[in-house]
Amino acid sequence: MKDTETEFINYTVNFGPQHPAAHGVLRLLLELDGEVVVRADPHIGFLHRGTEKLLEHKTYLQGLPYFDRLDYMSMIAEEHSWVLAVERLLGITAPVRAQYIRVIFSELTRILNHLLFLAAHGLDVGAMTMFIYCFRERERIMDIYEAASGARMHAAYFRPGGVARDLPEGLEQKIRDFTDDFPAKIDEYEILLTNNRIWKQRLVNIGVVSAREALDLGFVGPMLRGSGIAWDLRKAEPYDAYDRLEFDIPIGKNGDSYDRYLVRVEELRQSNHIIRQCLDQMRPGPIKTELFKNSIPYRKEMQEGMESLIVHFKQFSEGYEVPPGEIYVATESPKGELGVYIISHGESKPYRVKIRAAGFNHLQAMKSMLVGHMLADVTTLVGSIDIVFGEIDR
Amino acid sequence: MTPEKLDTLATCIAQRLPDLTTQRLADALILHVPVDRLLDTMTLLRDDPELDFTQMIDLAGVHYPERTPPFDVVYQLLSVHKNHRLRVKTGLGEGEAIPSVIGIWSCADWYERETYDLMGILFSGHPDLRRILNDYDFDGHPLRKDFPVVGRYEMRYDEAVGRLVREPVALEIADREPYRRAL
Repeated sequence: MKDTETEFINYTVNFGPQHPAAHGVLRLLLELDGEVVVRADPHIGFLHRGTEKLLEHKTYLQGLPYFDRLDYMSMIAEEHSWVLAVERLLGITAPVRAQYIRVIFSELTRILNHLLFLAAHGLDVGAMTMFIYCFRERERIMDIYEAASGARMHAAYFRPGGVARDLPEGLEQKIRDFTDDFPAKIDEYEILLTNNRIWKQRLVNIGVVSAREALDLGFVGPMLRGSGIAWDLRKAEPYDAYDRLEFDIPIGKNGDSYDRYLVRVEELRQSNHIIRQCLDQMRPGPIKTELFKNSIPYRKEMQEGMESLIVHFKQFSEGYEVPPGEIYVATESPKGELGVYIISHGESKPYRVKIRAAGFNHLQAMKSMLVGHMLADVTTLVGSIDIVFGEIDR
Repeated sequence: MTPEKLDTLATCIAQRLPDLTTQRLADALILHVPVDRLLDTMTLLRDDPELDFTQMIDLAGVHYPERTPPFDVVYQLLSVHKNHRLRVKTGLGEGEAIPSVIGIWSCADWYERETYDLMGILFSGHPDLRRILNDYDFDGHPLRKDFPVVGRYEMRYDEAVGRLVREPVALEIADREPYRRAL
């Protein structure tokens, strides 16, 4: 035999569903040519709990805690879409103080989410220290969560028409202290990562998405901004107190993983700035609509007055009726646009709810983003698109 | 969306698509498109510089068992440059297929798979219409109104046969909704 012919066959690797770098239960079928990804096929649904079906069988108030459990890394931000959608269907608005409290908690949640992004992304790429640093700050935010709502993670703090209860004594100062310390912590992260040679080698030019592709792929939030489109629902369709606050929208230039990292780090600073402004502008006042048709009466009134007791009982048993109609409300959750589409037929339960989760689009873009990258870049990309399976699988 | 923006958008659409019906809500505009006109309308909505709906944000199926046609497919479109939104609705009969918009917005891929999986709506021209959220061998379409919220089957591991077995759901409390109202 004179000529030796070697035949190379592409082979398929099954990544996940139980893999430490899969950020949950992602099964990724990768077809490889040597070490280069030729085709990627993400399989999802391992965490499908049928939230949309369950919401059709729950009152509007009972439906709220399900939203904490969608994107379980940015809990309160998910509630925001739901309460706004229900409020707009009911035609009510939350009092000013409640709006500020909601913005504070949405922004704290953004910090919480982006810190986890940094932590997990760092860990995937090999920067172990980031994980420990970020969890240190996350713990402080969870303490704030706990002080306000009683729960560290699944807060169920917002209500249609306001928030569940006012901030306890001294919490405003505690949040203020956090915002005082936090910018120095962001500097710490940046010293570790931003100009780190290994970090840049792993991230720069990985998963480049042009602005045009980003729109076609339905990107939202930091992923869209990383590709250079200044789109932020807090500016474009201001809700709650955002029209009274000043902040900048960071955008990327190249649309690679490194730009998305920079965008999220800058959003940490902007969120911190927003929280400071809220604390300065906030005044004492009611924290829920005091027309108690659609909000829960105060405890004291309930114990003393018959009317409030009846309203309270009815709200927690059969719920309140919401006028017929349909609405789509989107808020800027840490991962991007979180949309809630409700169709109401005038009952105390929604007829149909559709939740539009940002991560769903971002994950399906993996199919095109991964092609041509090395196997080692898969974890970088999974980290960079910041996926959480609670919201993708719903 | 502000009323002025909705007015502008409504006039703009009325000029280009005079034969289609629009429905104006307090904060949204709905465009009703028949199935056979879906693809050209969607292409126009994306490519027209005044409309510029470069993003398909969401796709939802809605089931109305008593109505003909029994399904609605609802698209949420967004233009990030013009900052306006449009809701496109298409009515669809049982067993009918709707053309896939995957050629217009590639992100429609998973949305259509999801709607097929949960609602049983077929999308013609979709290259890979598989189940996505439910199990690979799932039976039925759970978001249809006739699908019970507790499901139809439950799975358990059977020691005796040494594998997973699927049995009809048998719950002690069948109805967990004490406050359900008659529709």
